[in-house]
Amino acid sequence: MMSTTMDDIRDGGTTGHTDNIDRAGPPLVAMEDISISFGGIHAVDGASLDLYPGEVVALLGHNGAGKSTLIKILSGAYKRDSGEIMVRGERATISNPRDAKAYGIETIYQTLALADNVDAAANLFLGREIMTPFGTLDDAAMEAEARKVMGRLNPNFKRFKEPVRALSGGQRQSVAIARAILFNAKILIMDEPTAALGPQETAQVADLIKELKKEEIGIFLISHDIHDVFDLSDRVVVMKNGQVVGSAKTSDVTKDEVLGMIILGKCPAGATPGPGAMKD
Amino acid sequence: MSDVASGGAVRPKTAGGGSGFKNFLRATEIDTRMLGMVGALLVIWVGFHILSGGTFLTPRNLWNLSVQTASVGVMATGMVLVIVTRNIDLSVGSVLGVTGMIMAIAQTTWFTPMFGFDNPMVWIATIGLGLLSGLAIGGLQGFVIAYMGVPSFIVTLGGLLVWRGAAWWVASGRTIPITDDTFKILGGGSDGSIGATWSWVIAIVAIAFLALAAVNARRQRKRFHFPVKPMWAEYLTFALSAGAVVVATLIVNAYLLPGPLAARYAQANGIAVPEGGLAISFGYAVPVLLFIGVGIVMTFVARRTRFGRYVFAIGGNPEAAELAGINTKRVTMMVFALMGMLAAIAAAISTARLTSATNAQGTLDELYTIAAAVIGGTSLAGGAGTIAGAMLGALVMQSLQSGMVLLGMDTPLQNIVVGAVLVVAVWLDTVYRKRAA
Ligand SMILES: Nc1ncnc2c1ncn2[C@@H]1O[C@H](COP(=O)(O)OP(=O)(O)OP(=O)(O)O)[C@@H](O)[C@H]1O
Ligand SMILES: [Mg+2]
Repeated sequence: MMSTTMDDIRDGGTTGHTDNIDRAGPPLVAMEDISISFGGIHAVDGASLDLYPGEVVALLGHNGAGKSTLIKILSGAYKRDSGEIMVRGERATISNPRDAKAYGIETIYQTLALADNVDAAANLFLGREIMTPFGTLDDAAMEAEARKVMGRLNPNFKRFKEPVRALSGGQRQSVAIARAILFNAKILIMDEPTAALGPQETAQVADLIKELKKEEIGIFLISHDIHDVFDLSDRVVVMKNGQVVGSAKTSDVTKDEVLGMIILGKCPAGATPGPGAMKD
Repeated sequence: MSDVASGGAVRPKTAGGGSGFKNFLRATEIDTRMLGMVGALLVIWVGFHILSGGTFLTPRNLWNLSVQTASVGVMATGMVLVIVTRNIDLSVGSVLGVTGMIMAIAQTTWFTPMFGFDNPMVWIATIGLGLLSGLAIGGLQGFVIAYMGVPSFIVTLGGLLVWRGAAWWVASGRTIPITDDTFKILGGGSDGSIGATWSWVIAIVAIAFLALAAVNARRQRKRFHFPVKPMWAEYLTFALSAGAVVVATLIVNAYLLPGPLAARYAQANGIAVPEGGLAISFGYAVPVLLFIGVGIVMTFVARRTRFGRYVFAIGGNPEAAELAGINTKRVTMMVFALMGMLAAIAAAISTARLTSATNAQGTLDELYTIAAAVIGGTSLAGGAGTIAGAMLGALVMQSLQSGMVLLGMDTPLQNIVVGAVLVVAVWLDTVYRKRAA
């Protein structure tokens, strides 16, 4: 199933819609036929997804479509019931968040997943603290690094000494983004990264995504903002009821067609249908 | 504690009036909560002093108070971490009981015959075995909680019965006397105190350490261009803390060995007894120094190590900690293992102090320990708490208890007061947190 999708993408490439993404080698990450259910609910049902270096793949779908669940399997937060994850063409074993990080997979969760009672620096380095030569926490060094990376994302941010509980929603989101880019991610998962951000901060995240693309980082972007998706993504993948409706190069489809995929599950001509596409 | 009550009353009309004091607190970075606790402690002390007709604030009583605080205080430092991770340990009193019993029995039946009477190996082996037992018991409970998913409330409630029963079973209900004199030093008393000279040495070292810490903190902040305290605030906080050390040392040195003991001491050390008897000071008791040492180590663990950082992160948001790649199960198990080990240290102190292990040893200590941690600012919602606060909380609880004993209150009445204080303290904590949020 996966191979047909990839072939189709290459076919798409030969018909003239070039997007500067080199899809000749193995994908950076490929999720193949992934399923997971919670109780009786098939949250994700045979979904496949791939991502190439320097590519932004937007993952779209209605609320409860299974987007967050699918990427949480990649980030090690959930254990899949079936399916395979390949990283750079090799089978990867990801059974907890530590495993995923070891593959260079960093995640900005929709829920942000911050420890509210400690400060920004402690959150940025949680699980990967900078230590002094004596084996103690080097808080000063961590705070200095935090100031650097936060300056890049949100120059107005000054509240480094306070627990993140005291921060605004957007500031907290900036902390979550900063944490994901701090450790040289190869694969970045952004689950609605700009939901709480103001226009200026959103623009900064857009710039950041473009920069990261240049560094050959692959990005999964989950967003409900169709304009952002069209501005930033190279490909769109739409999910409905846990299944993939279809995928397409962003340049091959219109916004209305994508909305049709999201709402009706109707796959347009420019897209490759998946198992969840409406059969007519 | 008291700042909550008074602050609530003043609140509507503050802004101008309270802001001077607020600025003062901000500049000195004195924790309002700690300040409240010190206030509550002073109220309790002065109250009991008056009620008891002037027998509470005497060197003798305060010295005893310090020794009595040590055992629960040691456990309270660990309880902070347990509660911070959103757990509870109801078994500490029973773990204290069983580890005390293990140490006493091992000492009399194995180590003394094995190494010979008063061989240094006896106390070393006794303490080593005690610590290992505590670690194993705590680790076992931690394993069931973290890896098998049984709530800590249930596991340690079971532990409360299991380990109390085990202590009884190990000794068939007997009281086991301690024989090793070196081990007894851990309990305090005239042999377990360091005397006036050494007390001053420790005081000076402590003051030097305080000065060094202040200078170092200031230098660190400057290095990274963080805001620093005003100089007057630096001097004031240093003067206050150094002053406290000096006063404490004066008090423990003012407690003198009673006549016959002093005479025996003089004889043993070949000192001639002058006219009018000898004035020999107790000085700091060894268990108190051990308690302070444990407090310093635990503060270091909580604030400066990875383990401590993870403990707090788990308490703040367990899911986030897990997603950040922290092995939350292992950390939880380690917290309980550490708690078990601290209960064993407390057991060594209390067994040495009573010079025997009894069945009832440590009964109700879980209540005092939890109360100490909570009064000291540990939030039952998890994620917040300080070791120093819990140590002060232990002193508050012990002051209450000793005061009531001094007033000749019946045990049931004492229990009623302690139980009520625990509930009121938690209620005040809720009020305080709502206001702070
Ligand atoms: N931990 C869980 N336990 C039980 N059901 C879950 C769990 N997580 C997700 N689900 C269910 O799985 C389905 C997919 O949820 P998911 O969070 O992946 O949706 P989503 O596409 O991210 O939606 P949104 O756009 O609202 O974020 C939903 O029906 C949800 O109720
Ligand atoms: Mg989601």
